[in-house]
Amino acid sequence: MTFLRTVWGRAYPRVVGMQREKSWMLFDVFLPLLQVAAYVYIYRAIGAPPEFTGFVVLGGAMTAYWMNILWNMASQLYWEKETGNLELYIIAPTSRMAILLGMAVGGIFATTIRAVGVLGAGILVFRVPMAPTSVPALIGVFLFTLVALYGLGMLMASLFLLWGRQAWHIANLFQEPVFLVSGFYFPVRALGFLVALGASIVPITLGLDAMRQLLYPQMMEGLRFLPVGVELGALAVLGAVFLFSAHRALRFFENLARREGRLTLRGQ
Amino acid sequence: MTARVRGGESWRSLRVGAWLGWQIESNWTDLFLFAVYSVVKPVAGALILVFMYLVVARGGLENPLFPYIFVGNAFYIYVGAVLMGISWVVIDDREHYGMLKYMYAAPLNIYTYLIGRGVAQTAIATVATTITLLFGVGVLGIHIPPGRVDWGLLAGTFVLGLAALAFLGLLLGGATLLTARHNYFIGQGVAGALYLLSGVVFPLDVLPRGLQWVGKGLPVTYWLEALRRAVLGDGGNEALRSLSTGTVVLVLALSTGVLAVASIVFFRWAERVAHRRGLLDMQTMH
Repeated sequence: MTFLRTVWGRAYPRVVGMQREKSWMLFDVFLPLLQVAAYVYIYRAIGAPPEFTGFVVLGGAMTAYWMNILWNMASQLYWEKETGNLELYIIAPTSRMAILLGMAVGGIFATTIRAVGVLGAGILVFRVPMAPTSVPALIGVFLFTLVALYGLGMLMASLFLLWGRQAWHIANLFQEPVFLVSGFYFPVRALGFLVALGASIVPITLGLDAMRQLLYPQMMEGLRFLPVGVELGALAVLGAVFLFSAHRALRFFENLARREGRLTLRGQ
Repeated sequence: MTARVRGGESWRSLRVGAWLGWQIESNWTDLFLFAVYSVVKPVAGALILVFMYLVVARGGLENPLFPYIFVGNAFYIYVGAVLMGISWVVIDDREHYGMLKYMYAAPLNIYTYLIGRGVAQTAIATVATTITLLFGVGVLGIHIPPGRVDWGLLAGTFVLGLAALAFLGLLLGGATLLTARHNYFIGQGVAGALYLLSGVVFPLDVLPRGLQWVGKGLPVTYWLEALRRAVLGDGGNEALRSLSTGTVVLVLALSTGVLAVASIVFFRWAERVAHRRGLLDMQTMH
C-alpha cells in the first residue's frame, strides 16, 4: 500500500504541475514542432517521398519522451539534491523504487500529452499520410517502448545520483548524439547494421523502427533494421533488464553516495 | 563618472564575465572530456542532416543543396550559443547561484558583463563550427577551396552577425528578467524560430510565401546568405538572388543597428520594471 501511495504521491506533482502553468504545454508542443518543421522542409527541398515527412513527425513526437528521460528522470535526483529534497526522499519511510516509478508514471502521462500534441499538429500542418497495417501491434510496440525506455530512465537516475554539475552536462550531451544514432529523423538502418545494433540500447531506436514499419510498410521495405516481431521481443527483454538493473543500481549507488558524502552536496 | 572610468568599468565587466563564463562552462570536468563534449553535440547535429540527405539521395553528395545545408547548419551553432549564452545568464545568476542582486550592487556594467558571459559560449561555438566545417571538407568532400573564399566578406559579416546575435541575446535577457516560468522557452523558442525561418538548412524558397516574408525580415537570414556567398560563392536562396552582396551586407548592418538600439532600450526598461517589482532576486525554484 505504501508503495502504491508513494508512486501516486510522486506522480501527482507531474500530473497536476501541468495544470498550474498551461502555457508550458503550448511551448512544449510548439518548440519541437519548429525543429520538426525545419526537417520536413529539408526533406521537401531534396525531393523526398511524402512518407519521410511521417518519419520526421513521428521522430519529433518521440523526442518528447527522450527529453523527459534525460531531464526529468535521469537528472531528477540531481535537481532534488540541488533543491534540498533528496535528503527528504532518503529519510522517507518508503521504497526509493516507488519514488522512481512515480516519476516515470507522472512523466509518461505529461509527456504523452506533449507527444500527442506534436504528432497531431504535425499530421494536420504537414498532411502526413498514416495508414497503420495493425493498430494493436502499433500500440503494443509503443507500450513496450515506453516500459523499456522508462526502465532505462530509472537506471540512469540511479547512476546520476553520484554526480553534481556533470549530470546536467551529460544529459545535455545525450541529446543530439542519441537523436542521430537512434534515427529519430531518418530510418536507423541508414547508419549501418552494427551502429543500429549498438544504438538499440536506447529502446526508442527499436520502437521507432518498428512503428515506422507498421505505418509505412512499403517505404520501409529496404530501410528496415529488424523484423517487427524481433524488435518487440528485444524491447520486452530490454524492459525487464533495465527495471531489474535499476533496482540493483539504486541500492548500490545510494550506498556509495552515502559513503562518499555526495547525497547532500550541492552546487558541485 | 567620467567616460574613461565608465570605459574601464565596462572592459573589466566584460573580462570578468568572460572568465567566469569560461569557468562555469568548463571546470566541471577535465579538458579532454570537455573538448569531446563541446564537439560531439554539434557534429552529431550536422550528421543528422547528412544522413537525412544521404538516405534520400542514396549516396550522392553532388547536389549544391548539400553544401548549402552543411554550411548553414555549421554557422547556426553560433545562434544557439550566443542567444542562450547571454540570456541564460540572467536565470543562472538570479536563480541558480543567487548572485544577480549582487551584480546590481557591484560597480560593473551589466550589459558588458552579460556579453562577457556569452563570450565563453561563443569561443566553444567557434571550435565546434570550425571542426564541423573541417569535417565537411575533409570527410564529406564539400568543395571549399581556400583560394576562392572571400575572406574579407567572411570576416566582416561574421563580426556583424555576432554583434546582431549578442544584441538579440541582450533583448532576450531583458525579457528573462521579467519572466518567472518561461525563461527556458524564450531562448529556445527564438533560436528554433530562427532555424526554421532564416534559411539555415533549406532555401527560403521552400517555405510558404508568408513565412518567406518573415524570414526576409530577420538579420540572421542575411548573415547566413552573406556567409554562404563568402564561403561557397553562392547564397543558394532564389528569394535573395536579386540582391547584390553589398546590399545583403548593408541590410545586415542596418538591421544590426536597429537591433542594438531596440535591445538596449528594451533591456533598460526591463531592468527598471524588474527593480520596481522586486524581480532581481526572484526565486522560482528553477
